[in-house]
Amino acid sequence: MDFWTLFFVITTFALYIGIALWARAGSTDDFYVAGHDVHPMVNGMATAADWMSAASFLSMAGLIAFMGYGGSVYLMGWTGGYVLLALLLAPFLREFGKFTVPDFVGDRYYSTAARLIAVICALFVSFTYIAGQMKGVGVAFSGFLGIPFEWGIIIGMAIVFVYATLGGMKGVTYTQVAQYCVLIFAYTVPAIFMSMIITGNPIPQLGFISNAAGTDVSMLEKLNGVVTDLGFLEYTQTNKSMFDVFAITGALMFGTAGLPHVIIRFFTVSSAKNARVSAGWALVFIALLYTTAPAVASFARLNFIDTVNEATYITDDEDYAARAAEIEAAGGKPVPAWYKEWETTGLLDYEDKNGDGIMQYRGPNSPDGIENEVNPNRDIFVLANPQIAQLPNWVIGLVVAGGLAAALSTAAGLLMVISSAVSHDICRRTLYPEMSDQTELLVARGAAAGAVVAAGLLGLFASQLGFVAQVVAFAFGLAAASLFPIIFLGIFWKRMNKEGAIAAMSFGLISTFAYIYFFKFGGGTPDQYFMGVSPEGIGFVFMWLSALIGIVVSLVTDAPPQDIQDLVEDIRVPGTRTAHGIADQGMAPMPAE
Amino acid sequence: MSQSLNEVDGKGYWAAVLRLTISLLVIWFAVSYGAGILLRDVLDNVSIGGAPLGFWFAQQGAIYVFVGLIFYYCHAMNKLEQKFGVKG
Repeated sequence: MDFWTLFFVITTFALYIGIALWARAGSTDDFYVAGHDVHPMVNGMATAADWMSAASFLSMAGLIAFMGYGGSVYLMGWTGGYVLLALLLAPFLREFGKFTVPDFVGDRYYSTAARLIAVICALFVSFTYIAGQMKGVGVAFSGFLGIPFEWGIIIGMAIVFVYATLGGMKGVTYTQVAQYCVLIFAYTVPAIFMSMIITGNPIPQLGFISNAAGTDVSMLEKLNGVVTDLGFLEYTQTNKSMFDVFAITGALMFGTAGLPHVIIRFFTVSSAKNARVSAGWALVFIALLYTTAPAVASFARLNFIDTVNEATYITDDEDYAARAAEIEAAGGKPVPAWYKEWETTGLLDYEDKNGDGIMQYRGPNSPDGIENEVNPNRDIFVLANPQIAQLPNWVIGLVVAGGLAAALSTAAGLLMVISSAVSHDICRRTLYPEMSDQTELLVARGAAAGAVVAAGLLGLFASQLGFVAQVVAFAFGLAAASLFPIIFLGIFWKRMNKEGAIAAMSFGLISTFAYIYFFKFGGGTPDQYFMGVSPEGIGFVFMWLSALIGIVVSLVTDAPPQDIQDLVEDIRVPGTRTAHGIADQGMAPMPAE
Repeated sequence: MSQSLNEVDGKGYWAAVLRLTISLLVIWFAVSYGAGILLRDVLDNVSIGGAPLGFWFAQQGAIYVFVGLIFYYCHAMNKLEQKFGVKG
């Protein structure tokens, strides 16, 4: 196991560095937007890797395996946002022709204050998100290669450091393409084998709706039966309220569309038309993993119960092979070999509460009154799949490399948001407008380097507090409530003015932050939820309020200057973008193709 | 160089774009929030293969429709741009 893991990790890392050396950035155009000439399909692939993080790769299938229907919020939420991006944001932002999201906000709303609030939103969203990626890198290294957690993070940082500072967006784009290929291959190969074993159909998406192998009962029906027998809720049901499911899906969708590291990917293509097509390709590549994940989730849950529940435990002192043969000879079921292998990582936990040596796995409504004794970590469902499916050892190495690819590609995209917010929006556009292009490039590289170090420290710090999973709710909620409404209104409503934008962003930022903080860290309890909405979904509710506030404040204050209103008309009709004094002062728009 | 707004029927084009966008968003809403959440209990009475239909929409179907929607949008926008003489 160690040889292949090491082999794939080193090979893929060498590949990323090689790409970085090849795709060096020579100008700010290269550094921020990869020269505006990335092919739409290539950008789609890069966007998919940018978007799919360690959480999508390692944790999502496991989350769905535990939550069943409740896990649908992630599937619909994290894909539906691309429809919003394609139809409402990406092509118009591309036509506007700037480098960053705060750049759009500052110029559309002719206000330094608006730009700086957008910078705060972008930094907050990106740093929360990146801490989770760095933690994922540390876990992968420590869990598989026996390298201490801190060193794992440092190695990951060093790799990202090279290609983000050398190549900027250009280097990041092409490494993300390679990372997508690694991660999708690593995800689908075990899934295909799992599907064969459980349903006899090699295509996971079809296996998902097929009958369980060798029976005439559908796989999902069988799973429903199995989980309810153990005292869990039916797999195809949820105990969340319908409105909460609605709100969480909404927060994830609109949050996805408002995430700066996703939006800036669409600045790298050459036109509005290509931005649209590119969003389509991005979703194709994302859907490959996202339609496989629910299948993996259900197979893994079924398989886990099948092989682990009521198995006879074998302790570390006993010889596994001999004892397993003995148990089987006596007509029993020994604990599976993969379980013993993964136990050492701490991702599986068995406590023999009734002292019978048998592993009882039970839900909250245990029908036979037996207490649950097995606690699997959700990440195990993806990590252990290759062994469960009895695949060769090299597949395991591939899955580790895939998880690292997912974490590093997302981290790099986030770093670009952080560094460009500092070098472009704060330094060039706010503090030193006279700065030359070459100086700005130097500052951008420095900012990227600083951001890598900050992100690494945050990863180390956050992992000690163990709050990473919880703060991710921040990222989506904040993006949905603070950034989405003002970008959308900035394009679709000419009358939206700077006062409205500042009011809407500030409200979205503060209210969502306060709500999540109160319920995650401030001791709030679920019965105090506003309209029954959990912190994960609150961004959706505050998004509407934020938009409403923006509209009302705009209407009671002066209309934006005519120049800005003309500019908005320009970006709606591709090819008509002309320079507008207030918005384009100091930074000429990119010439139309 | 760029065209000016006067040369193309920008207003007519934008009205057509808005109509297209709204109709596609209706479908977007219907397959996810509609079929996958609000009407799930009703749809679950029907099966697609071995999966309840509402559940299937929430975990598979909506995603397929999303992909279709974006590519249809690209196609329809290209036609609109041709019709109104907008260079995309």
